[in-house]
This record gives sequence, C-alpha cells and structure tokens, in this order.
Amino acid sequence: MPEQLAFTIEVFLNGLMAGVLYALVALGFVLIYKASGIFNYAQGVMALFAAMTLVGIQNGQVPFSHLINAILGTDVHHFGWHVHSAIAIVFTVAVMVLLAVCVQRFVFRHLVGQEPIILFMATIGLAYFLEGVADLMWGSEIKSLNVCATEGACLPQGLNMWIDETTYNAFGYGFFIDNLDIVASIVAIILVVGLVMFAQYTKQGRAMRAVADDHQAALSVGVSLNFIWILVWSLAGFVALVAGIMWGAKSGVQFSLSLIALKALPVLMLGGFTSIPGAIVGGLIIGVGEKLFEFLIGAPFLGGATENWFAYMLALLFLVFRPQGLFGEKIIERV
Amino acid sequence: MLDAANTAETQVENVLEVNNIEVIYNHVILVLKGVSLNVPKGGITALLGGNGAGKTTTLKAISGLLASERGEVTKGSIKYRGLDIQDADPAETVKKGVVQVMEGRHCFEHLTIEENLMTGAYTRTDGNAAIAADLEMVYNYFPRLKERRKSQAGYTSGGEQQMCAVGRALMSRPETILLDEPSMGLAPQLVEQIFEIVKAINEQEGVTFLLAEQNTNVALRYAHYGYILESGRVVMDGPAADLRENKDVKEFYLGMSDEGRKSFRDVRSYRRRKRWLS
Repeated sequence: MPEQLAFTIEVFLNGLMAGVLYALVALGFVLIYKASGIFNYAQGVMALFAAMTLVGIQNGQVPFSHLINAILGTDVHHFGWHVHSAIAIVFTVAVMVLLAVCVQRFVFRHLVGQEPIILFMATIGLAYFLEGVADLMWGSEIKSLNVCATEGACLPQGLNMWIDETTYNAFGYGFFIDNLDIVASIVAIILVVGLVMFAQYTKQGRAMRAVADDHQAALSVGVSLNFIWILVWSLAGFVALVAGIMWGAKSGVQFSLSLIALKALPVLMLGGFTSIPGAIVGGLIIGVGEKLFEFLIGAPFLGGATENWFAYMLALLFLVFRPQGLFGEKIIERV
Repeated sequence: MLDAANTAETQVENVLEVNNIEVIYNHVILVLKGVSLNVPKGGITALLGGNGAGKTTTLKAISGLLASERGEVTKGSIKYRGLDIQDADPAETVKKGVVQVMEGRHCFEHLTIEENLMTGAYTRTDGNAAIAADLEMVYNYFPRLKERRKSQAGYTSGGEQQMCAVGRALMSRPETILLDEPSMGLAPQLVEQIFEIVKAINEQEGVTFLLAEQNTNVALRYAHYGYILESGRVVMDGPAADLRENKDVKEFYLGMSDEGRKSFRDVRSYRRRKRWLS
C-alpha cells in the first residue's frame, strides 16, 4: 500500500474519533434545543463542571475548600479517602440532576414565554456563573481524570497495539489509533441508541417530543412543562458528564474544556439543531473533514493550522445552502 | 321564558360553575368583565359570540392555560365539582377531568397521529390495557384517524387534525371537554361531521361539553344551552331552542330578520340586557 494512501486512511480514522467527541458535546445541545427551543450556551461548561465534580468526588476533595479555609482560617483540602468510580459517577449524576432542578426553578421558570434571544442570554449568564462555581468548588488547577471499574481496569490510554500490529502485518504500515478514542466511540453509540429509544418508545420521551412541538398543546393535555424541562436538563447534564469524562481522560480536566462547546456549533449547523443522529453524523463530518483538509490541502498548500477555521467555513456553506442542516426537522408547511 | 329555563336548569347538577370572573392579560388588558356561567353535567353548552368576545379566554381561564399567556383571573371564582380550580396547574385540572381542545387544533406536528393520541393519555395511571382500549374507542369514533395513524400529524388535513385534537382530548378519559372553535377553517360538510361525532361522544360516553363557537347556526343545533358573550360580558343566555327562535339572536348572529337581509352598516351591537354587571 502506498505510503500516502495509508497516511490518508489513518488521518481519516483519527478524524472519525475526534468527531465522536465533538458529537458528544453537540448531543447535549440538541436535547435541550429540541425540548425547549433554548440554545444552551452553557453546555460546554456543564461538561467541565461535571468532569470536575467527578474528579473532586473521586479524590475526596472538600468542595469550596478555598472558601472555607479563607473564612474559617482552617486548612482542609481532602477528606482523605478515595471513592470508587462507579459511586462517584452516581453522585455526579445526582449533582447534575440537582443543577437541572435549580436551573429550571431559579432561571427558566421565570422566563416562560420570553423571546428566544432572552433565553439564550440567560444561558450565557448561566455559563459564566457555572464556570465560577466550578472554580470556587474544586479549584482551578488542571486535574487528571480516569475512571476505573476495579484497580487496574481503567479507561485505556495509549495506542491500540493490536490494530497497530495487525495493520502492520497486513499493509506493512501500522495505524496509530488511541484506545480511548475507540472506547469513546462505543460509548457514544450506546448513548445515542439509548437516547433515541427513550425519545421514541417511552411515555416521557413522547411527552418530551410533544413539548418540543407545541408547548401550549402539551400543557393542555396535562403534560407538566416543569417536569419535562427538568428531565431534559438532567439528560443534558448526563450527556455533559459523559463528554466531560472522555475529554477529561484525553486531555486532562481544565477550563479550556468549556471552549469545545464552540466546536459543537458548526457540528450543530451541519447536523441540524433538532436531530440526535444529526449531531453524531455532523460531529463525524467535522472531525474527519478538518483532519483530512489539514492533511491534504491545509498543511501542504495553505501553511497549516486550518483546523481552527475549517469547521466554521463548512458551517457557513451549510447555512447558505441548507439552513435546517442535514437531518434537521423540516419545517412542515401545509399549503 | 329565560327564568323558566333557569329553574329547570337547577334540577340538573352543574359540574362547572364560573362566577363573575374578570381576566386581565399582561396586568393591563381587561378581557373578561364579569362572566358567569353554569355547565350542567352531561350536556352540551355553547359559548357564542364574535371575534374578541372572550370565548377563548373563558375556556383558558377554566383549563388553566391563561398563566402561560400572561393572563390571570383577578376576580370571581371557577369551581369544578365544588372545588376551586382557577389558579390550578393545567396538569392538575386535566387530572380532575377537564381537558381543553385548543382553537386551531394544535396537534403535535412531528408526532404521528397515534403518538398524538397516546400523548393525550399522559396523565393516566390506570394501566396500558385501559389506554389501549380507549385508543380503539377513539378509532371507532374517528375511523379516518385509524387509516392515518402512522402519518405525521403535520401532513394530515385540517379536518383530520381537528379529529386528532378531539381524539387526543378523549384519551385522557375526561368528564368535561372544553372545545374551542371546532369549525374553524373547515368545510361545512366536515363541520357537520365533527359536530355529529361530538354529539355521539356526548350521548354514548356521557362527556360534558362546553364549546366556544362563532358558527352560531351549527352550535345552536347541537347544543342544549347557550350563552352569548359580547366584549367580555354575558349578554344573553337560554336553552338552545329558545335562542334559535329569539328575534335578536336571529338578527345579529344568524343573519335573518323580518325585513330580509340587511347591510352590515345597519347591524348594531347587542347590548340591551346585561347580567351580572360588576
């Protein structure tokens, strides 16, 4: 196999893997947008917050320790225990549900029936507030995150040797693919299938879609908007946690994590704001597109660093020619 | 004539009593200026009047949907089976047995007809078997819906959507359905068909109806009792048969008069008799 082709395939595969991570973030956006028409700018920060909470609980860190120490003059940082990953995840999910209840109770319940732009502004405020809370609660240093089922059986790091060897033996060129990326892909697939099944075949999922279509009509048949919105924000919180774990395990839990939310924007424009599978496909296209473009055109002809803007250019093209995205719900218009 | 009707009415149990309610939107716009009405159990009561008379607002005040449109009941009371419901959450009111079919149908466009109907059963807790049985019942009343059960509601016709909306309300096993303007935008033949089904549901399932209609002619043929609203007040009420024969109703709402057809220029608004003025 010619060297160039093998390289291209490897870049393609790596792009696919990166795309899965974009898709995970985009998924959270879609959930909230679908059910409440709110574009949740805070989704990226929620991923950060979830990841930090998970690490904090795992390491037995004392929340708000800086604040407590500053006020009481004490010097506490750790409880001195380590919590098993599974238990820590359960607690983190509980925290995200609590966050959903608070967001609904204190912010969006008072903004029912307001313009979309006002709701959007509220989520920007929420994003900065949450970032501040995350900082105050767990501190701002970069933390490493790993999730282990038992001692030694953690999220795999490093290259997958099996793929490397097999492809080397077959083509004379070993592909470099991260174990973590493979796990992330599998998790993403399970998550998407689960969410789609939930939306399609359960009573609450159906109510969720009904609310997305027509708030008033949903109210009139007795669906509680409050409950549905809390449910949706909790789901988005859970998706944020999964995204946070994957990104955190890859590059450490740090505040730049909240910026990946920006990369989810072009993903959404491609996939459509209202489609769960669209978020996934959009993520993959952006991931593959920007890696391949960088490798084939960007680096040799444009002086590189095209990854920074490629996604946005692609999104712009889509906005011009297909504003509802690839899979967005068609605006049904009867004549 | 009207007093005799009122005494006859007291013999039937009223499920719904609206007492002198005043509704204000956005804290400034006064829409209902003291509306009172009684809905007898098992009957079809019509709420008639032109655009902006306050029919829809009255229904929304009862179902609790006002709050989501920044409206509120500032005076008076609404009692369902003796219990106050004017500030209740719409979901609570549905659980008590009152469900509203909104004006303009409001189906869930991206859900299939069957999913729309199933959403109507959201508040029920009596098990899947009972819900499946009621789904069959709805399909019995609306065979057309069964044919289209797998279509997205947004792609069905106006008549089918109206059927879907009524069927969806029926799925909550209501005692009372508040039906807002079922004839809107439908061909006369379809209007007749929908009203026939409403009548059948009323007689066979014992569902009480309070229906708001601009189409006075059709409404008075199917209703048992009627209220006429004008600018947020009840200006007249009586058994449907009497209203149909009433000279003023004929002139203002049915477009008939002794001197034949009239120009709209000569039509006055009816404000002679005002009850429950606050």
